[in-house]
This record gives sequence, structure tokens and C-alpha cells, in this order.
Amino acid sequence: MSNETTLIFQHSRPGRSATAQAPKPVSEDQLSAIPASLRRKNKPGLPEVGELEVVRHYTNLSTKNFAIDKQFYPLGSCTMKYNPRGANRAAMLPGFLNRHPLAPASHSQGYLACLYELQNFLKEVTGMKGVSLAPMAGAQGEFAGVAMIRAYHEARGDDGRTEILIPEAAHGTNPATAVMCGYKVREVPVGKDGDVDLEALKEACGPQTAGLMMTNPSTCGVFERQIEAISKAVHDAGGLLYYDGANLNAILGKVRPGDMGFDVIHMNLHKTFATPHGGGGPGAGPVGVSQRLLDYLPTPMAGLDEESGDYHWIDTDTLPTSIGHLSAFMGNAGVLLRAYFYAMVLGREGMIRVGEYSTLAANYLLKRLEAIGCQAAYPDRRASHEFILTFAKLAKDQHVTALDIAKRLLDYNQHAPTIYFPLLVPECFLIEPTETETKEAMDDFIDAMAKILEEANTDPDTVTQAPFTQPVRRLDDVKAAKELDLVWGE
Amino acid sequence: MSEIPAELRYRQSHEWVRVDGDVAVVGITDHAQDAMGDLVYVELPDVGQVFAAGDEAGVVESVKAASDIYAPVSGEITEINEALDDEPELVNNDPYAGGWLFKIKMADDGELKEMLTADQYQEQIDSE
Amino acid sequence: MPYIPHTEDDVQAMLAAIGADSIEQLFDEIPAHLKAGHSLDALPEGRGEMAVTRLMAERAEQDRFALSFIGGGAYAHHIPAAVWEIATRGEYYTAYTPYQAEASQGTLQVIYEYQTLIARLTAMDVSNASVYDGASGLAEAVLMSLRANRKSKSRKVLVPDALNPRYRGACDAIVRNQDVELVSVPFCNDAGQTLVDGLKEHEGQDYAALVISQPNYFGSLEDVDALTDWAHANGQLVIAVVNPTSLALLTPPGEWGADGEGADIVVGEGQPLGVPLSSGGPYFGFMACKKKHVRQMPGRIIGRTVDMEGKQGFTLTLQAREQHIRRSKATSNICTNQGLAMTAATIYVSLLGPDGLASVAGHCHANTQKLADKLCALDGVERAFSAPVFHEVALTLPQDADTVLARLAEKDILGGLSLAKDYSMKNAILVNSTEVHTEGDLDLFAQALKEVLA
Repeated sequence: MSNETTLIFQHSRPGRSATAQAPKPVSEDQLSAIPASLRRKNKPGLPEVGELEVVRHYTNLSTKNFAIDKQFYPLGSCTMKYNPRGANRAAMLPGFLNRHPLAPASHSQGYLACLYELQNFLKEVTGMKGVSLAPMAGAQGEFAGVAMIRAYHEARGDDGRTEILIPEAAHGTNPATAVMCGYKVREVPVGKDGDVDLEALKEACGPQTAGLMMTNPSTCGVFERQIEAISKAVHDAGGLLYYDGANLNAILGKVRPGDMGFDVIHMNLHKTFATPHGGGGPGAGPVGVSQRLLDYLPTPMAGLDEESGDYHWIDTDTLPTSIGHLSAFMGNAGVLLRAYFYAMVLGREGMIRVGEYSTLAANYLLKRLEAIGCQAAYPDRRASHEFILTFAKLAKDQHVTALDIAKRLLDYNQHAPTIYFPLLVPECFLIEPTETETKEAMDDFIDAMAKILEEANTDPDTVTQAPFTQPVRRLDDVKAAKELDLVWGE
Repeated sequence: MSEIPAELRYRQSHEWVRVDGDVAVVGITDHAQDAMGDLVYVELPDVGQVFAAGDEAGVVESVKAASDIYAPVSGEITEINEALDDEPELVNNDPYAGGWLFKIKMADDGELKEMLTADQYQEQIDSE
Repeated sequence: MPYIPHTEDDVQAMLAAIGADSIEQLFDEIPAHLKAGHSLDALPEGRGEMAVTRLMAERAEQDRFALSFIGGGAYAHHIPAAVWEIATRGEYYTAYTPYQAEASQGTLQVIYEYQTLIARLTAMDVSNASVYDGASGLAEAVLMSLRANRKSKSRKVLVPDALNPRYRGACDAIVRNQDVELVSVPFCNDAGQTLVDGLKEHEGQDYAALVISQPNYFGSLEDVDALTDWAHANGQLVIAVVNPTSLALLTPPGEWGADGEGADIVVGEGQPLGVPLSSGGPYFGFMACKKKHVRQMPGRIIGRTVDMEGKQGFTLTLQAREQHIRRSKATSNICTNQGLAMTAATIYVSLLGPDGLASVAGHCHANTQKLADKLCALDGVERAFSAPVFHEVALTLPQDADTVLARLAEKDILGGLSLAKDYSMKNAILVNSTEVHTEGDLDLFAQALKEVLA
């Protein structure tokens, strides 16, 4: 691991540069058309460094990251599965990289063909009637979904619907999205077994209900068994059902959201379809809809003229009821191509195996962790592709918290699971191993957990002070938030 | 055990009120600041803003949480604790004195009767 | 099984540990009839990497090479080889959001450096870690201006017609459900600029902000000082929409206004900084603001701090604004930044430096001027507007623009964008040139246009 702690700006020397990369300077004459009053007075304080310094600096920095390519990364709700290198190579083919987003369809047939087939693939695997690939992330997919629900009610003149129902265990994105779409949020309680409190839900449904947003399997890591009753309650009240595809990996190929009664779903291709997380993005959040929302899908979409075999764009001129464009062009195209590659490699049988083997891995890991003394939050339930442990007792007895255990895992070269989510389980880990990890990788994680639990009893400081082996020790978050230092100033 | 001064009135959402003539001084309780952890920022209303009891009047932020502050009584803001701009930790260190948030000129001091006494507030946090 | 490593022995051992007979049994909580009754027959059989790579290579080849002069918000630039070789290293490519700061110092430091680059390029105080793209970034900026301008009670923002229509469209789609009104500001038909005169009718009314695009969609340079001062004098914030390449040459938004008061919020499309055209994404939107508005800024933000031993380190900060904590009261529902594209941009800007970037910007401008001159030498072709431009220019043709562009495309020359649909200028096109074009490329375009117009 590198010790690089200097900033690129500190490598800067006036007059140094990667001269092979920039064209020769133009003369002032050639800039004379730009009025002097609009010209920059001082040159910006960008780094002046040579090519090797840049390559070395960013290569060294990269070694300070944990990554799927280096470690087991069981971050619950994030589906950190292997990101095939082949997908990256295919998406970076020059023909794809150099295509301008506004190039005419005549010069885009290859790209459009990939998108069209991906749309159909996603339609089939989710059981929806239409798919748009436009949203650029899960959160934007959610936005598109709820905006379509709103457009649907508005088109029917049904404008008394002001509320979106959300189970209390939901991701924070759900309520934030509902508000961005102009709705009020009403939370619905979740029972002790992880399922939605059906009676409370029925009571909450009414003429003010625009829809319900939910994840299934839920954020509690279990399959919502009353899904059909929930669907009926919401639909009977005139609301629509939104499926947050955060956990689609668990049921891919086994159950389709369309068959569960959902009207609109978003998928996270960076989770379920193995596109990279890239240190926090880009993702892609395609949406799928049932028949009644087809007219509102975000544009553009790829269309096929069956007769000529030519592909074209479907845009707002041919679909005027669409909720419109959510980006300047066509979403995160390069991510879509990676997902297309993955879908084509897996094919029909591969899709079914995703749900099966991610579920197998999670249940295995859960049972083995329980056997070494970990407490499951929902011990009577099957795990989906992920599950929750709670360390509330350890926190109370030994003052060793979920955060401490997470930090100590880093010392054992294991990325920590998601911690403190969902909010309703105290001191929790949300663990998602994914289908691409070997049994040995999971066994190593189990061994590390066993050692940490032992340390928590015998030598708690080792856990509460961890990590010891990373580039930095625990950071002062309070100082970071109070004395904001967001930009380097010499 | 957190401190709950007997002479103050409390709101269920953990604000306290000290009455000074027709002005209510508002802060958050020792229990609330302890639950939040180290505060890093306090967003206060503007002087002159008018609130009804129960309106959102500010936000306190720690690293991991943000919590709305509700106006415990109706009225107009007459003063805010500007020291919190630089030293939000005053709320942690001295919640009932130096860490006060804002003052409201009460429109109806009858609203005070609807607030909790120290004993009632103690009961509430015991049952949480 | 592609990407699934288990042997039959592994599977049996895992099932035994679980106490289940079969994988199917693990799905016993799912109502049986939900599982039955569907098949995935429409899906193709899986294929290996070789076959799928070949298929995609053929598809990529099909999008045949054309000499392109299309801009409209996405621009072709030279991208140093090092940029994506490093950005796609597994340590960047396959990491996630740096929630475990100690094990993510690489990503976190890159973002901190990125924030610094953006702040310096725009001359603003602070930057976030990026948003999806320029257009959605503008929507975020509009919503942010409503929160940040506490004096304004209206939910209205002034948006010039000369703004990229795709930005306006996406922005409207994103903000309209919150009852936000984007009020249109006309441009001068001769100059192709947004003039303070065109704003007079809005004086004394309540708007949260004025959007200023520099350059605007026509490539024209706006009188940003006058517009900024007008907005501030009328109690509005200024939202700047800028091209990052141009900032190496043009007054940064942080210094706009006669006395340099500057814009309040800055957004723009980051693609020109080392991100390939790639059919429109992934790009990244950059977003910067004055320090006093930082808590109203959406998106991820990284701060520099120290660890328990006093050593420098980087961490996510101001998270209490974000959806995972603030839920329905978050500044936005955005969860991610465009990490990979932003990493590429950081490497790109570091390689070019201030002089290199100024060189790129200079060539873009000079080539565009040259191209306009060459095209305007043809009969009936002239500049549509009189304002000076940066690296894009509107031209009027003696014939219908859509037809001319289609005929140029048949010659594998993508001769810009038609202004017919968005501006009812049915004979007008918008052309762009950058440093990637040689003199020969410009001549090819001029020659082809001459033939088409003949």
C-alpha cells in the first residue's frame, strides 16, 4: 500500500506539464474575437505536473482503496458482485466511445440494437410491459417511477392523491424521492417478523393514496410474504405499487415484480447487472412499467421498425405524454452497454442462477455466523440474498458496537458490511455476500468474525480502537463537519 | 441520568422553554443533546419570523443525524443565539444556559399549560 | 456457470450447513403460484465472453466513423491514454461509496482534489463530488436556489431561451412536480445573446434566481457581468451554467459582475474534461457554490480532517443533508456521484494543467472561427448572430437545415445540429469544432457542404 499523502497540487511546479497531451498554444491574435472584458484575468490554480507524476500519484492513491477486485465486499443492499472485465472492454470499443449522443440514427444502428435488446431483456426478466433505460441511477429511476405515478393520476383528473406510503424500514431515498415528486410521505410500520404491518397499511390506504413504494425482499432481508394482500389493499384504494429494485438480485429469475402486482419498478444495473460501482457511481436505474403506465415512460427509448429492421429513437415528439428527459442526452449509455454484455453472457439460465446462488450464499453465511454466536435480527426467517445481524447485546455488555466490529474487519482484510441500516434494527450489520464469492471467501469472513467476537470479550480495546492496518486510523468526523475543509488552500 | 430542571416546561420533541415575562427562551434538553452526540451545526430562524406552536423553527445537526426543532409556543422570534454559529458545542456542554437557541415573544402564554412539566418529561424519556 | 464459482461439492456443503435439501427450498417463503406461471423463454441462451465480445464489436463497427461537428453540450476532445487506464484500475472501478473512510482513502483524496480543481476553475468557494450530468445538475441548482434564497418567497426562476433546450427540458421534468416555475427570458434575435433589456419586464418581481449560460446554446458569449449585477440588484441568486474547457480562457463565474461579486451557484457538464462522448454518458455534472450556501448544496461532499493520531485523512462530511439520514427532508434524493467520470476528469485536468487546458480552449475557439469563415465563404451561408462565440456557432443556410444535414450524413459528415425544431429557425445549424479537427477536416466539411448546397 502506498504512503502517498501529498496532494496533486503539492507536486505542482510552475512551468511543468504533460507536454505530449496538449496542443501547441494559440496566438493572442487567434483569440481576438473574445472581448477582453470576458477574458480570465488570472490563470486557474490547476496542478502543473508531468505525465509520470500524474500516473504515479493516482496509481498510488488507488492502492489505498478496498475494492471487489481485491477483497470480499459484503456490503448489504449494494450487491457488490464481480464486475466482468469483458463488459468494460466491450463498452470501451472505439465505435461506442466516439459516438456523439446526438448522432443521427443512421450512424447509431449498432448502439440502438444493443439498447433495444436490453430493454426487451429487462422487460422479460421483470415481467413488465415496457422499459426505459433513461434514468441515470437508482434514485433517478425512483424519481421517474413516482413521477409516472403522478402523471397517471393527473391524466385521469384524480388529483386528490397527495400521499405516498413507505414502510419504515425503507431506504432514505424513497421518502426523499416522494418529496421531489411533490408528495407527502406516510410511513407504515413493520412487524417483528420483518413483514409490513398489514392492518396498519390498510388503515393508511385511502383516497389520498397515490401509491406505495416498497422493496421485496425488503430491506429487512426477508421476502415480504403478504405482497399480494398489500398489492390488493393499495390497488383497491386506487393507488399504484412501486417496486424499488434494490434487492432484485435476490429473486432474479425466480419471481418477477410484474407477477407480484407491481405497476412500476426501477432496477439498479450497478447491482443486479454487475456494472461497476466506480467509487460511488455511475449507475443506471432503468424503469419498467405495467400496461397503464406505458405512455409516461421517460425518453428517449430505442424503437425498432419491424418492416425495415431499422432502429430509431422514441422521443417526446412521438410520446408526448412521457414524463420527459431526465438528462441532457440518453442516461448513462456506457453503463447500459456493460449491463447488456452481462445479460448476454448470462442468458436465460444464468439469470435464474443469480437469484438462486445469491440466496444460497446468504443463507449459508447466516447459518454459519449464527453458529459462532452472532445474533440474527430475524432468526425465524429465511434470508433472501442478504440478512441482518444485531450486536445490541454486545454493545450493551462490552461496549463494543457494530461500528467497532466493522472497523476491525478492515484489519482482517475484509470490507465491512453495511452498518446501522435499516434504522429500525439497533447495532446492525446488513450482509450481502452475492453469488460470485467462493465458499472459501465466505469462510475467511466467518473466521475473521469469530476472532473479532473473541477479541470483543478478551481484549475489547483492539476492537474499539480499530483499524490499525489502514492508511489512516479512525477519522475525526466532528472536526470534518465543524471546520469545513472542502477545498485545498495553500 | 440527564438533567431536567424543575422550573422549565418541555415539549415531547425535547425542546425546553424558560419563561421570562412574555418571552419564551427555547433550547433542547440535556437528554436530546446526549442522544444526538456532538453537534456540528445549528440552523436557527431569522429574527422577526413568526411561528405557530409546532412549526419547524430550526435544525440541529450532528455527524450522523439531523433533528428538527419545533417552536414550542406561537409568536415572533426576538433573538437568536448567534454564538452557536461558531460554537454549536455550547448546546452539548451547556444545554440549559449558554446553549439556548432562540427567544419567542409569546402570542398566547396559555399554550404553556399544554407543555410537559419536568416530571412528565422525565416519565416520557423513561418510557422511551 | 458464468461468474458463479461453486462446485457441486460446495453447493452440497452449503446446503448441509443451512439444513436444506435443495436450493429451491430456500425460496419456500415465496407463495408458490407467484413462482409458477412464468418463463423466461424470450431470453437468449447465454454465451461466452468471446461470442458476446464479437457481437458487440460488430455492433460498434456498425456505428460507422463519421467526421463530426456536432456539439450541443457534448464535445469531442483528445483524451490522454493515461486517463482511463488509471480510472478503470480495479481499485477505482470496483470500489463503492467510501462509507468506510479508512479503507477508501484513495477515492476520498481523489474527490477532495476534484473539489479543489472545480473550485479553482470556477473561482467558487466549494464544490460537491459531482452529480449525474449538467442538465440534471441545473435542476438541482434550481431547487437549491429556492432553499438558499431565503428572501424569495416565489418558486420561480428565470431561465433564458438561449440556454441549451435539453437542459431546460430535463430541468423542467425534474422540478415541475414541486410547483417550481421556469420563467422564460427571450434572447436578442440579432446578437443571439440574452440582454438585460429582455429582463426589464421582470424587475421588481420575486424570483429566486436567474440562470446564466456562458456560452449559451448558440455558442454566443453573454455579457455575464451585466446579467449578474441585474440579478443581484433584483434580489435573485445567479446560477451559472458553464463549459469547463472555456474557463481556462473566460472569466470564471466566481468573478462575474462589475465588482466581481460572482455567481452564487455554478453547474455544468463535466464531459469535456476527459470523458468520451460515449453516446451521452456516463458524464458528470459539476456543482460549486459560495460557502454560505454549502448546506443547501445536494450530493456527496468530502472533507479533510485528521485521524485519532493527528494524521491527515479524508471523509464524507455534511451527510446530515443527505437522503440516508434526512430522508424526506433531504436536499435531494441523489445518493451517488459519478465517481468514475469524475476520477477521469481529475486525472485529465492534472495532465493538462492550466496552460494545457488554455491551449485546448484556444484551439477550440480558433478552429470554430476558422470553420465559420470557411463555411460562410459559401454562397448563402452566414452567421446567424452577431455576438462573439466560444467554440460553437449558429449559421444560416440557403436551404432547409434538416435536409442539408441528412445529405451531409450520407457523406459521413455530421455537420452539426439543426435549430429548426427547438427555435423554429428552419434554415439554421449549430456547428462546433475542437482541437481534434485538422485544417483538412474543416476543408472536408466545407467541400461537402458546398456539394450539398449546389
